[in-house]
Amino acid sequence: MDIDVSEITKTYGQQNAVDNLSFQVKTGEVLGFLGPNGAGKTTTMKAITGYLETNKGDIKVGGFSVNENPGEVKKHIGYLPEQNPLYQDMPVIDYLNFIAGLQGVEKSKIEERVTEMIHVCGLRTEKHKKIRELSKGYKQRVGLAQALIHEPEVLILDEPTTGLDPNQIVEIRELIKRIGREKTVILSSHILAEVEATCDRILIINKGKIVAVGTPEELRRQAQGNEILKVKIGSAGRNEAFEALKLLPSVALVDFAHADGTAFEIQSHEGQNSAKSVFSLCVERGWYLEQLTPVETKLEDIFREVTKN
Amino acid sequence: MKQIYMITRRELQSFFDSLIAYIMIVVFLALSGLFTWLYGSDVFFVNQASLQSFFNIAFWTLFFFIPALTMKQIAEERKTGTIEMLLTKPVSEWQVIWGKFFATLILIAVALLLTLPYYITVWSLGPVDHGAVWAGYLGLLLMSSAYISIGLFASSLTNNQIVAFLLALFIGIFFHIIFGFLASNMSGVVASVFSYLSLSSHFGSISRGVIDSKDITYFLSIIFMGIIAAEAIVVKRTVN
Repeated sequence: MDIDVSEITKTYGQQNAVDNLSFQVKTGEVLGFLGPNGAGKTTTMKAITGYLETNKGDIKVGGFSVNENPGEVKKHIGYLPEQNPLYQDMPVIDYLNFIAGLQGVEKSKIEERVTEMIHVCGLRTEKHKKIRELSKGYKQRVGLAQALIHEPEVLILDEPTTGLDPNQIVEIRELIKRIGREKTVILSSHILAEVEATCDRILIINKGKIVAVGTPEELRRQAQGNEILKVKIGSAGRNEAFEALKLLPSVALVDFAHADGTAFEIQSHEGQNSAKSVFSLCVERGWYLEQLTPVETKLEDIFREVTKN
Repeated sequence: MKQIYMITRRELQSFFDSLIAYIMIVVFLALSGLFTWLYGSDVFFVNQASLQSFFNIAFWTLFFFIPALTMKQIAEERKTGTIEMLLTKPVSEWQVIWGKFFATLILIAVALLLTLPYYITVWSLGPVDHGAVWAGYLGLLLMSSAYISIGLFASSLTNNQIVAFLLALFIGIFFHIIFGFLASNMSGVVASVFSYLSLSSHFGSISRGVIDSKDITYFLSIIFMGIIAAEAIVVKRTVN
């Protein structure tokens, strides 16, 4: 089921939490939602689930408009809210039964679905405990289980891995990836590595507007512009190597990586690649290469770049 | 319909799991038992085989108990955020509020059902006007429904349970005594308007055994107005 967000605006008082935002998510895609605090991630997610009404614009989930047909949209969405609200005084199994019923799972299938979710989310030992008695990680699993119980076509997860330990984080990421192959997933996160590991596409928003969108590779390329190589050459004089590298036709800029030693950072001209010519140079002069690595712009850098004011 | 039933069932379960239900029932029976049989203008003091003294005391105990039952129903869901979880499921605000309404009403009905031994006892003491007894019970149920819907409305206005409780009592006290008091101190059209607004006068006529469509309409209007107002506020989402 595709999600089509078109030109939504949500205002709180004078402030635009979401400002004329549009994007699409296709079936089988995991979209990562990034942005600083207060960027409008949660607001957008709440608007997609139909919980918040937008001031302008419309959202279509599988062709159904959230404004006109919220009931139909809600049937197909599994939603894990940010604070993961749960009925604290209910036992896990009763809670899941209740949600399954509300979601319209057929009566004969409820037991089967609940058992499956307990298995998938690793809740077997906790299923008769009251939710209040669970640790944060287990509560998060219950939240995920209730979001998945009706096999939704669309999954919206607001910071799904908060409070989980590293093992659980890996498990949940795997689960999201597996689900994401057939379904449509939107997830928000503060952890950039997580978004990079789980998402096919990343959308960075700031102050309610999209500031960057693309696959992790595309974003890197965008932010980085020209190729940067880290080169370390043994058996060559410091200045000698510096001069020689500077003369290479594809090289725009050479910089010492350290105050001393023969490590350099080389920036190529736009659209050009210097690795080959650096290698050839070393062969020609009889130097040996100790290091030749492309410097990757980290997602953190991109994030900071596009969200700073 | 199915959704309302599921919400009602969960709410009832939560009443019984949290002991609220048991405490409410026990205290209600203790208080109404005390004033019906042992103290004040009880059955023996009145010296009539009637449940009028029970209806009079229940009229007051329910007035205080109902806001205590309804106060958390929306306020707490808001505070903990579970309302968001609920409303992003295929459930409407309307269904959520009616579900809660019926849960509380069923709890009250159970409490009233447990007072049926009073009826049987009075019956064994002398000739009872059976019509008046059943009408009295109907009156209590209608009155409870009205206060439940007022309580739900109060609970929808705030995140704080205590505020919701006091607000429900504050709104309730107008219907319970203030309108009646104003009616008796004024004259002409104003008096009749206040007299119509007074819940106690409608309850009074029903509990005497006179079931008039005018009284039924009155109670149903309060119920619907409270629920509609609560729904409008929950739909708006924003609350302090």
